[in-house]
Amino acid sequence: MDELEEIKATFFMECEELLADLENGLGAMESGSADGETINAVFRAVHSIKGGAGAFGLDPLVRFAHVFETLLDDVRSHKVEVTAELVRELLRAADILADHVQAAKSDGVADEARSADMAAVLESLSADGQSAAAVAHPAATPVVFAPIPSATADNMGGEFKPMTVSLMSFDEPAPVAASEPWTVTFRPKTELYRNANDPLLLLRELERLGPISVVIDEASLPLLQDLEPEAAYLAFTVTLDAPVQQTAILEVFEFVDGDCDVDVSGGVAAPVFDLAALLAAADAAPPIAEQGAAPAFAPMPVANIAPPPPPVVETAPPPVPEFSGALAASIKTPSPQQQQAKGNSAPEAQATIRVDPERIDRLIDLVGELVINQAMLAQRVIESGLASSSSVALGLDELEQLTRQIQDGVMAIRAQSVKSVFQRMPRLVREVANMTGKQVRLVTEGEATEVDKTVIERLGEPITHMLRNAIDHGLETPDERRAAGKPIEGTVRLVALHRGGRIVIEVSDDGRGINRKRVFSIAVEKELIAPDAVLTDEEIDNLIFLPGFSTASTVSDISGRGVGMDVVRRSVQALGGRISISSKPGEGSTFTLSLPLTLAVLDGMVVDVAGQTLVIPLTAIVESLRPKPEEVKGLGPQGAVLSVRDTFVPLVDIANALGFRAEKRLPSEGVVLLIEVEDGGRAALVADAIQGQRQVVIKSLESNYRQVEGIAAATILGDGRVALIVDVDALVAMRKRDTNRSPEPTLIAAE
Amino acid sequence: MTEPNVNLLDRRELISFRIGEQEFCVDIMAVREIRGWTPATPLPQSPPFICGVINLRGAVLPIMDLAARLGFATAETSARSVIIVVKVGERMIGLLVDAVSDILMITDDMLQVAPDVACDRVRSFVRGLISIDSRMISLIALDRLLPELEQLAA
Repeated sequence: MDELEEIKATFFMECEELLADLENGLGAMESGSADGETINAVFRAVHSIKGGAGAFGLDPLVRFAHVFETLLDDVRSHKVEVTAELVRELLRAADILADHVQAAKSDGVADEARSADMAAVLESLSADGQSAAAVAHPAATPVVFAPIPSATADNMGGEFKPMTVSLMSFDEPAPVAASEPWTVTFRPKTELYRNANDPLLLLRELERLGPISVVIDEASLPLLQDLEPEAAYLAFTVTLDAPVQQTAILEVFEFVDGDCDVDVSGGVAAPVFDLAALLAAADAAPPIAEQGAAPAFAPMPVANIAPPPPPVVETAPPPVPEFSGALAASIKTPSPQQQQAKGNSAPEAQATIRVDPERIDRLIDLVGELVINQAMLAQRVIESGLASSSSVALGLDELEQLTRQIQDGVMAIRAQSVKSVFQRMPRLVREVANMTGKQVRLVTEGEATEVDKTVIERLGEPITHMLRNAIDHGLETPDERRAAGKPIEGTVRLVALHRGGRIVIEVSDDGRGINRKRVFSIAVEKELIAPDAVLTDEEIDNLIFLPGFSTASTVSDISGRGVGMDVVRRSVQALGGRISISSKPGEGSTFTLSLPLTLAVLDGMVVDVAGQTLVIPLTAIVESLRPKPEEVKGLGPQGAVLSVRDTFVPLVDIANALGFRAEKRLPSEGVVLLIEVEDGGRAALVADAIQGQRQVVIKSLESNYRQVEGIAAATILGDGRVALIVDVDALVAMRKRDTNRSPEPTLIAAE
Repeated sequence: MTEPNVNLLDRRELISFRIGEQEFCVDIMAVREIRGWTPATPLPQSPPFICGVINLRGAVLPIMDLAARLGFATAETSARSVIIVVKVGERMIGLLVDAVSDILMITDDMLQVAPDVACDRVRSFVRGLISIDSRMISLIALDRLLPELEQLAA
């Protein structure tokens, strides 16, 4: 039972991938960059889902997939022309198929009415009524195993009627004619069953191509006592009398490719039939070899070949009481060649492996410990006064390099491409587009960009929000676009890229841009800013991130779900990320989200502050400098600014901001770290001294304690002590809030 | 988690320790380890009874000054101060105490309710009193020590 569940879980996992392939393929078709292979891939995806679903008896899913597949098959064979209209319907169908998969996964029920409507549409689009008719009763006709009359057939109990080697229509090497039926020998390997495939389904698939008769070849079946319950022993020979292409037959076996041996012969375009030779070579064991070597493949009674050794019959267990001894004897002796063949069919090395993520997480934790330990060791060596040229110190250097490599390697294992997030978006875009009545084309770039799993998991929500916003607020209605002389279809671009050790996600639209006047007046109306505030365009754009800000005059169903951009910004900041927006009136807006590549390690600057050791994320630091007393200017009763190359940057004393020290100190006595905060502004953090740059392992404070404002996380330094990692954005925001009575123009005065 | 068992005769083991002149104890099942004092890294914006965090084999462990938490003066840490690492729910926390005294074996019927005259703070943190060899030992309700942190976090 558990095993079945496990296989089912694998199936659903594969479904996710297949749905993604489907989506990708249809996307390519939509953009016109599809070739024959794309359409094949699309077909294969639906086909594979159907196949797997059939094995688990997920009927609604199978039914829908079948209709879908039928249409795709017609598309593939050019019976149905690819039009924009068609692709749109296919995309909708893909969504419903995904719903079905989801429903099946959660044992729920998909929206049947919607599904039925869609199925009807798909049927109407498919090539002819015949396919529609077939659709109505998918796989309704059970496969009939048509046995070949044989001398031994009568002796057989059970429901399979074995025949030795059935080559019914190839008694003699018949000339290949157009009317020749196809002979398909299909020998499943153990893997096929292990992957939850069922030969019956494949045979049903074949039956869809035309009338078939199937003969089972149980020649490899060992005695029951030798039988491995999970091994594959049976082969099937199918005679298919239908004028189909060989590729059509091979496609039936497409998704069990590698898990079975398939040989298709006869038919229209088949090469000279050589199955006899093949079999002769494969079955060199005496009883079968004799037969294989026979010039003509006349089915002959097995009993004639090997006389029944009575003891064998007696040992045959009750379930097959009438099991022919003769048959048993002939089966019992697998030929060396057969064994050889079995060995060759061992699973090929897979390109990817699936690993329980917990194992990797554990590994990453351990490597984190290793890094800390290595740092502690290094510190002890330095403390012991060994020369840096000593062999211990040199060995330690090598250890450090290796540790870092291991860490990078392990992190790379957990890295995933953003594709898994991006591929969920086309559907969202379609839905939002439908709801708003806008026409939207989503263009994605950089799907292969990799980030740590911890980041991937947190990307979906902000991207969803940014896309919703771009479509709902950014893009104009088709009428407005036409009036503005733009293409009716709006374009939303979703781009991922690596920049400066961070991942950057951009969502841009070619819509109307931000109406700054309106944003400004709303911000004033909501008392987020003073009516006489003087703000740059950029500052106005970023007002939309303020808590309680929403420009939609009516709370729409899409963007206004009670979650504003302020919440998005906060969740992004919690991850050490930044989000900002830039906009050009009439041309569109761009949301830019940047996040660290991992939430497991961080490159930081280690500084001393009031006797404490703190870590400042390196990504935030622009430069460090020692200010001269005359460069520090007081501003108001509390504030001070630092003059850096003729611009004034607010000074934030870390010790004061975090409450480590109450009294003020002159910034010129310490060092100043010039940092960039998420809205593009700058601040100058005052520390006592800089220790150096280090990669640190991020440790959560929340797991045993709670979040602390101004602190992003903790880490463990070389001396084994805990050091806190500063959340610079929060620190600056705190400082601004504390001094918001000062005359500095503050954006984040809202509370 | 360490709620008293309904079975009154259930035996349990407790670890007793001293804070100033008074004796307290916690259920031994909640105790993960006992370790010597190491200087903690102070946390900004934390209540006075949180000394800071220390490194417990790679995990960041907050240290609570139990004396301060119970309303005594903030503990003076010395080389003899002890940290009792306890698990409360899913969290681990270190309790700073003056010294660990011994392990007690009691049955639930030995547990007396704290008298009404006790102040609210005592009543909220003390699950009951135990009298052994004319000593009075207060059983700490560990699960009550932490929830306030959640409120602070909100």
